[in-house]
Amino acid sequence: MGNDNEIIDNIANKEYEFGFVTDIEMDILPAGLNEDTIRYISEKKKEPEWLLEWRLKGFQAFRKQKLPEWQNFTLPSIDFQKISYYAAPRNKKKYNSLDEVDPELLATFEKLGIPLSEQKALAGVAVDAVFDSISVATTYKEKLKELGIIFCSFGEAVQEHPELVKKYVGSVVPYSDNIFAALNAAVFSDGSFVYIPKGVRCPMELSTYFRINTENTGQFERTLIIADEGSYVSYLEGCTAPMRDENQLHAAVVELIAMGNAEIKYSTVQNWYPGDKDGKGGIYNFVTKRGICKGDNAKISWTQVETGSAITWKYPSVILQGDNSTGEFYSVAVTRNKQIADTGTKMHHIGRNTRSRIISKGISAGEGQNSYRGLVQIGPKADEARNFTQCDSLLIGDRCGAHTFPYIESKNNSATVEHEATTSKIGEDQIFYLNARGIDSEKAVALIINGYVREVLNQLPMEFAVEAQKLLSITLEGSVG
Amino acid sequence: MLIIKNLHAEVEEKQILKGINLEVKAGEVHAIMGPNGSGKSSLASVLAGRESYQVTQGEVKFHGKDLLDMSPEDRAREGLFLAFQYPIEIPGVSNVNFLKTALAEIRQYRGLPPLEAKEFLKLSREKQKLVEFDAQLVNRSLNEGFSGGEKKRNEIFQLAMLEPSLAILDETDSGLDIDALRIVSQGVNKLRSKDNAFIIITHYQRLLEYIVPDFVHVLYNGRIVKSGTKDLALELEEKGYDWLKEEAREKAESI
Repeated sequence: MGNDNEIIDNIANKEYEFGFVTDIEMDILPAGLNEDTIRYISEKKKEPEWLLEWRLKGFQAFRKQKLPEWQNFTLPSIDFQKISYYAAPRNKKKYNSLDEVDPELLATFEKLGIPLSEQKALAGVAVDAVFDSISVATTYKEKLKELGIIFCSFGEAVQEHPELVKKYVGSVVPYSDNIFAALNAAVFSDGSFVYIPKGVRCPMELSTYFRINTENTGQFERTLIIADEGSYVSYLEGCTAPMRDENQLHAAVVELIAMGNAEIKYSTVQNWYPGDKDGKGGIYNFVTKRGICKGDNAKISWTQVETGSAITWKYPSVILQGDNSTGEFYSVAVTRNKQIADTGTKMHHIGRNTRSRIISKGISAGEGQNSYRGLVQIGPKADEARNFTQCDSLLIGDRCGAHTFPYIESKNNSATVEHEATTSKIGEDQIFYLNARGIDSEKAVALIINGYVREVLNQLPMEFAVEAQKLLSITLEGSVG
Repeated sequence: MLIIKNLHAEVEEKQILKGINLEVKAGEVHAIMGPNGSGKSSLASVLAGRESYQVTQGEVKFHGKDLLDMSPEDRAREGLFLAFQYPIEIPGVSNVNFLKTALAEIRQYRGLPPLEAKEFLKLSREKQKLVEFDAQLVNRSLNEGFSGGEKKRNEIFQLAMLEPSLAILDETDSGLDIDALRIVSQGVNKLRSKDNAFIIITHYQRLLEYIVPDFVHVLYNGRIVKSGTKDLALELEEKGYDWLKEEAREKAESI
């Protein structure tokens, strides 16, 4: 079994590529969490009174809740008082154009492969870049404005479009939803806001790039996407963080609202710092993502490629309220070293003839633990509802684990629910077969993995599918020495 | 092309090759026959570089280079090809993508750029025709859901694509019906040239009616106990292996 062991060891030794720190002057709120913290953030962001009140309600809800205990891993204790809840690059005034953005910041994003100047930016992709607590730049804003599309930072939306924010914030993920959603409601700093007007098909990919930089801070962004009737938008988020010995908390909330005949495609490539090979450091990625198909024939599709974070804990879900609405969840989660991923989805079928499709692919290497946890719920009125679930697990080596926790609740006899699950191992035989055709072991593993996840990567927008493929190869690089 | 001298090998501390001597020259076809457990497939595995096999003694030169010193992928890049007895399934990896990768790796090793998409497609079509390989299988996932016969035919298609100088066919005929056997053999015959060589490992003389070997060797108990021409295969078909086992035993005792 020499081959397998080498694979594991080499994967374990692979360094994290985006672990650098940007040296820039920051405004950092001292660690600690109380009402004053929340008032400070709200004031700093010049928020209206109603939003401050909403935050404070979130804080009350947070104080009443306890950390979950149902998971199958040990949740490290988190001292919420030791985290700083606000950190922003220091600047005198608001940026009016990219020229005013600190060159150091632009260089940081460039280094991460996210050029923010529009001349260099990926054609057809508009980017909102979030650095610690605030959004530093949003590209192609003007061009999108011509179509009536609003794409800006959450903070800006609060100022410019308060009626939309007030109407929809917390409408899908209430502030009391769970402890991390409550914490986010209380201290959320920034994030992205998208509104697509009726009948508009957004002509480019919208994308947010999240970067945690400052030590001992948490990142609590909030994203709100509203697709009005008959509109379409494809949205992508990416994320990285420096290498640090301390764990950092990322507790985001994403809310998607699709009106009748609207479609939202939401893709994530998550590459937060995973910690070192002994499990020291890394991001706790505790995220609440939920979408609602409010009108008939609406569609929400989640695609995620999760390669980073020490612990990933999230279940992007869809509430299928409108008749004939569709929810999809495509996921690849990779865990290596001592990483833990507990991820899956919830599909709540409420309307008639609603459909959902779940494709989950877990890859575990080293001592990584990968769990699929999913709920398919068919309500009494969801006549002819259909679900198809497939969850596959791939194991590399014999020290890792894969677990599946599917829950199905059906209150309607006309529903069809299918569940398929497989577990396989990258065998020495497969690697040798490819070796014998001139392909070295490292490439062989990459080829096998790419084959395994193809169904999910095919869901990503083209440019990102290529990126994600690269990321997977890098993540599992050094398979054999 | 290939010179094997006094090759000893073991797997899980069990001696399975006990002094193999064999020389294969360009343009030749050698058949290796022998009863179950005589070490035929082990010899193929050792030559291809399967890790679970340890060479304990002897040497193997391939085009003048020390074969045993090379990684399995370098052996393939040097022009060695093993047609697997049990080809492996790799889900989600398309046959064509796999071959493109393999060919590019082999070409890179020889200092050549990868074939352009158009050239590759042309080559692939040519070879599909040559070995009568179903075009639909080319775009499917590598061996996934293939029948036994389709898998074996895919091995021959790969052989045609990669154009090795030495091909080892490990019981390629096992599990093939008569039509598939004919197609596979015709493929091999078309690929035979004065520049390449074949080692055909088989249980049955049947395959050798289609692919006529220059030499036939009988492997028994980890050694080549008899070599001859194609007539030896016919003799074996008639008399079985027992008389050779007997001979080998007597020989061993006299030493």
